[in-house]
Amino acid sequence: MSAITTPIAQAPGDWTLPYHGKVAMACLIIAESAIFTIFVVAYLFYLGKSLTGPAPREVLQTPIFYTICLLSSSLTIHFASRFFARGKRGAFLGLWFLTIVLGALFLFGTGQEWHRLIYEHGLTISTNLFGTTYYSLVGLHATHVTVGLLMLGIVLLFGLAGRVGREQSARIEVLSMYWHFVDAVWVVVFTVVYVIGR
Amino acid sequence: MSSDAMAIRAAETTGRPWVETLHEWVITVDHKRLGILYILFALVFLVIGGIEATLMRIQLIRPHNDFVSPQVFNRLFTMHGTTMIFFVAMPVLFGFANYLVPLMIGARDMAFPRLNAFSFWLTALGGFLLYFSFVGGSGLYGAGNAPDVGWWAYAPLTSRAFSPGHSSDYWTIAVLVSGFGSIGTAINLIATILSMRCPGMKLSRMPLLAWLSLVMSGLVLITITPLSAAQIMLLVDRYLGGHFFDTQAGGSAAIWMHFFWIFGHPEVYVLIIPCFAFMSEIVPVFSRKPIFGYPVMVGATVCIGFVSMSVWAHHMFTIGMNSYSNAFFTLTSMIVGIPTGIKIFNWLGTMWGGKLIFKTPMLFCIGFLFQFLIAGLTGIMLATAPFDWQLSGSYFVVAHFHYVIVGGILFALFAAFYYWYPKITGRMMNESLGKLHFWLFVIGFHLTFDVMHIPGILGMPRRIYTYEPGRGWDTSNLIVTIGTFVQGIAILIFVANLVYSYFKGAKAGNDPWDAWTLEWSVSSPPPAYNFATIPTVASRRPLWDRKHPEDPDSRYE
Repeated sequence: MSAITTPIAQAPGDWTLPYHGKVAMACLIIAESAIFTIFVVAYLFYLGKSLTGPAPREVLQTPIFYTICLLSSSLTIHFASRFFARGKRGAFLGLWFLTIVLGALFLFGTGQEWHRLIYEHGLTISTNLFGTTYYSLVGLHATHVTVGLLMLGIVLLFGLAGRVGREQSARIEVLSMYWHFVDAVWVVVFTVVYVIGR
Repeated sequence: MSSDAMAIRAAETTGRPWVETLHEWVITVDHKRLGILYILFALVFLVIGGIEATLMRIQLIRPHNDFVSPQVFNRLFTMHGTTMIFFVAMPVLFGFANYLVPLMIGARDMAFPRLNAFSFWLTALGGFLLYFSFVGGSGLYGAGNAPDVGWWAYAPLTSRAFSPGHSSDYWTIAVLVSGFGSIGTAINLIATILSMRCPGMKLSRMPLLAWLSLVMSGLVLITITPLSAAQIMLLVDRYLGGHFFDTQAGGSAAIWMHFFWIFGHPEVYVLIIPCFAFMSEIVPVFSRKPIFGYPVMVGATVCIGFVSMSVWAHHMFTIGMNSYSNAFFTLTSMIVGIPTGIKIFNWLGTMWGGKLIFKTPMLFCIGFLFQFLIAGLTGIMLATAPFDWQLSGSYFVVAHFHYVIVGGILFALFAAFYYWYPKITGRMMNESLGKLHFWLFVIGFHLTFDVMHIPGILGMPRRIYTYEPGRGWDTSNLIVTIGTFVQGIAILIFVANLVYSYFKGAKAGNDPWDAWTLEWSVSSPPPAYNFATIPTVASRRPLWDRKHPEDPDSRYE
């Protein structure tokens, strides 16, 4: 049996496999996409099926400014992680902070819109099918933005404390993958709710 | 040197209080221990789900029986289905994948050990919540008990009006929570398989079990999530007054069925693909031949994964879809039969001309081959829309899917238990008890599920708590119940064998089956770190290469 322990093959010279964090984040994005798909399908399926008002056409206003905020935060986080990989800490922290500000602005925009819908138009999640599907789809996305902001905030705090070194570069990349995904989902939600849905 | 280390460890474990050992198991992040926890958890729930099935069969043993009330009967079939799918089949398969995948690909642990522990405890919490409904289901309303809405919980049964109290909420949250656990484990398995393989272990050299676990995990990512989404919608309906499935407000009950079966049908493949994996590891070893058609096996599995995503509405032929949908789902359901057939032929091709060894694991594999084939044939019958219109919702359907789940999945699982038990515990399972278990279980299985087709064809609906005498269902129901008891005795023998062999079984050694994959190169049970030095592989059968340096597989690949 002792012969079993001697490997006969030599290790291949270059044996590199993908970073497990990136693989896992890609998997999480696939899983999340499936969840969003179901909510989007429900939204589209129930378009125009509400028995009572208000209808999307009457109450929704296209949030162009806040959409630009969120989409540009994808650019800022991309350059932030680029600067981080090159070791430029100041530029990284600045752009990272800007990303958080843009994301928070977007969330503020969603809050403002919800406030207007609830108090001016009396549309809540239980008013009609539009309310049910609208608040759950946009709310699911807003939840993902919130989670993303919390994680970005944690990195910012550690970064300000000087605890984020270059060895974390791959992790920063993984986090920015998530943020890009959240932005991409907004493109879909925006199209479905504000373009097709009206 | 390794024996010294082991002796020291043994001395440490004997001298410690049991609380410390328990604590160690609770906080563990070791993939082997978590795998064992998953398997033990599933075994406990297997016994619970089995008792529920037995109670139902006692109720149906003769017409007008009043062993349980109609309300209790509804709870029993709901709990039986939910338990068996979410808290037996899923965790036991994840348990084996957890235990075996890192060992087979030459890794020391999973990619994310803490996520692994978190996922297990989420699943455990889900199982606990489901059964806590017996205590907490009444809530403040004093109505309801355990969930009684069926395992697929069709709307509007789950609406507040028809399901007061909290029983449906316990069902929803239990399934949701265990679903998050499954997604975590699936992500972990994929990351492990893609990023942790030992040097030389190319994807084309990976053991089929690792390949099939990869496909299964990918399928989990896109099939469990629609269920999670639907559960969130149901919670919105029940707690926030939403209208997703509320037909009074324009909502649709049919869309719940779609969402549920988009999960529900691929779920069958999530469960059967790991069983294909067990077959693909065990059949070659007991045929003394390498697997026949390795690349085709991988291709067929990936193909099954894709096609299984587009067959779901064959569960819904009777709700009145248009003829195009019926034709589409009939066609796709039949297409799934092609890659599955390829697999059956490949296992037969592996056995053909091999030196067959009829040990217990192989017996269960052969049982699987025959029974899974028959299950597939009744599946093709039910995939045909007009045939399904006649038999949907009858005992024929119950017989069909139990043929898949018991005759297929459970038989492959028993094979896996007998095959890997020596690796996990270091002792062989008793062969005579194993053979007795096999034959009793085969007899009980066929008594129950062959005969169950007959009342189905004669028109007996599923989920009824009793029936009128003189419809031709009496004798067959009696035989079905007798078969259930034979199966129950066989399971008790199996459990007795597990316990007996743990203490009295023959010492297994590293490699009792003379197998070819890496898990057999380490001691039984493997050390916490798995491999002292990370192995390097040059072919699909690394252990064959080491045992036969004069004629290694690597020469031919």
